[in-house]
Amino acid sequence: MDVIVDNLPTYLQGFATTLRLTLYSGALALVAGVLLAALRVSPLRPLRALSAVYVEVLRNTPLTLVFFGLVFVAPRFGLITPLGFWTAVICLSAYTAAFVSEAVRSGINSVGVGQAEAARAIGLTFGQTLGEVVLPQAVRSVIPPLINVFIALAKNTSVAAGFAVVELMATGRRLGVANAADGLWVLVGVAVFYLLLTIPLGLVAGAVERKVAFSR
Amino acid sequence: MRSRRGAVAVIAAMTLALTACSSDTDEPAEEDAAAEGDATEGAAADFPEGSTMAELAEAGSITIGTKFDQPLFGLVGPDGVPQGFDVEIAKLIAAELGIDEDGIEWVETTSQVREDFIETGQVDFIVATYTINDDRKERISFAGPYYEAGQSILTLAENEDIEGPDDLAGTKVCTVSGSTPEKNLLENFPDTEVVPFGTYAECIDPLRNGQVDAVSTDNVILAGFAADNDDLEVRGEPFTEEPYGIGLAKDDTEFRDWINDTLEAAYEDGRWTEAWEATAGTVLPTPEPPAVDRY
Repeated sequence: MDVIVDNLPTYLQGFATTLRLTLYSGALALVAGVLLAALRVSPLRPLRALSAVYVEVLRNTPLTLVFFGLVFVAPRFGLITPLGFWTAVICLSAYTAAFVSEAVRSGINSVGVGQAEAARAIGLTFGQTLGEVVLPQAVRSVIPPLINVFIALAKNTSVAAGFAVVELMATGRRLGVANAADGLWVLVGVAVFYLLLTIPLGLVAGAVERKVAFSR
Repeated sequence: MRSRRGAVAVIAAMTLALTACSSDTDEPAEEDAAAEGDATEGAAADFPEGSTMAELAEAGSITIGTKFDQPLFGLVGPDGVPQGFDVEIAKLIAAELGIDEDGIEWVETTSQVREDFIETGQVDFIVATYTINDDRKERISFAGPYYEAGQSILTLAENEDIEGPDDLAGTKVCTVSGSTPEKNLLENFPDTEVVPFGTYAECIDPLRNGQVDAVSTDNVILAGFAADNDDLEVRGEPFTEEPYGIGLAKDDTEFRDWINDTLEAAYEDGRWTEAWEATAGTVLPTPEPPAVDRY
């Protein structure tokens, strides 16, 4: 136990990096994911295909390989990325965007087809139909799966520990070497800090779900 | 309730199995004591009754932990047999017990699991670039050291700015996340930006791309990379002391003293030098054997 208390400032530093990774990647993934979902239901076939390929490839690739691709493979083709935080944000948001897109798409699908048909019938454009009729209704059913995606993102940030980012997991490894005899407690401390991030997200999901719930 | 009863049954079964195991190792030793003088069991008779050495010699087999991914020291090739200086040292000790290569079972022991494997008895001893330090001594014992490594620096051969550890300030240095070298860098070179990856091999590409300026870990690991890549060079003298020891069960003083004696004998008669020259000595100069530390 003492090892956690004694190293609290070090833990907090790592936790802050994990928090920043989650927030920045989450925000970028949300924007990119909604755009991908919009493309996915757009009337233009090439755009639908583009979005489908992106989502399927990223969603079905292990996150470690996404990191590996940007950190080790891209430089071989002349794309030298700055090692560390921002490269990790790019990898995490590119990966998470695929899952956000799927969550949003499932929400769009849950809105009755008649809603979109009615919107078109009164002369709304595709953008207006999506933005003013379909998405506002979709949001209600999208919140819970979306929170799941962000909880997964918070935990996925630990992959960055192997790619030159000193977040919570890498901090735990450092503390583990410095306190070899208390290795188990060091990891318990790491777990507690992840829970500090993920459990509130889950609570938010529950609260939002109760607030927006309605019977169809 | 039902599942608890199940758990009790499992625990009972495990206890039985454990008892069975321990009696397996006890009984032959007693039989051996009775059958002492039997010519084929000569090796065991050389050792004090009940000692770890006598038990191992009697069994004719031994389980040894080493690393499987450490070039020059313990590296497993496609044939599945580890090779390197650690492996040769382990063989040398096993041979002294009358156990040949066929009687050795090699177990991979990464840095994270070494103390646990010794404490739980999954290995008889470990030779795995295992730095002797006080934290570890709280859980296990060390024989040796049989080699003194030290942390050093690897750069591109064309890099003229870094000639030694004094030139590290303001540079980016790649190492492994959660390793002893990382800890040393953080403590002793606060002006250096530490870039941690998962393995040392992953540091090589960023070094070539100029994303980091140097790679730092034990000189023996860096020497392996430099030997394989003409564009890389080890720079300066080692700036830490990493005495590699042989890890074994805590408080098995008899076994530890005996391994220390064996090492000293191997220093004397040239077997140690021979083992070095056949492995790490192919790329590194032959050092003087270090003095055994009988703490």
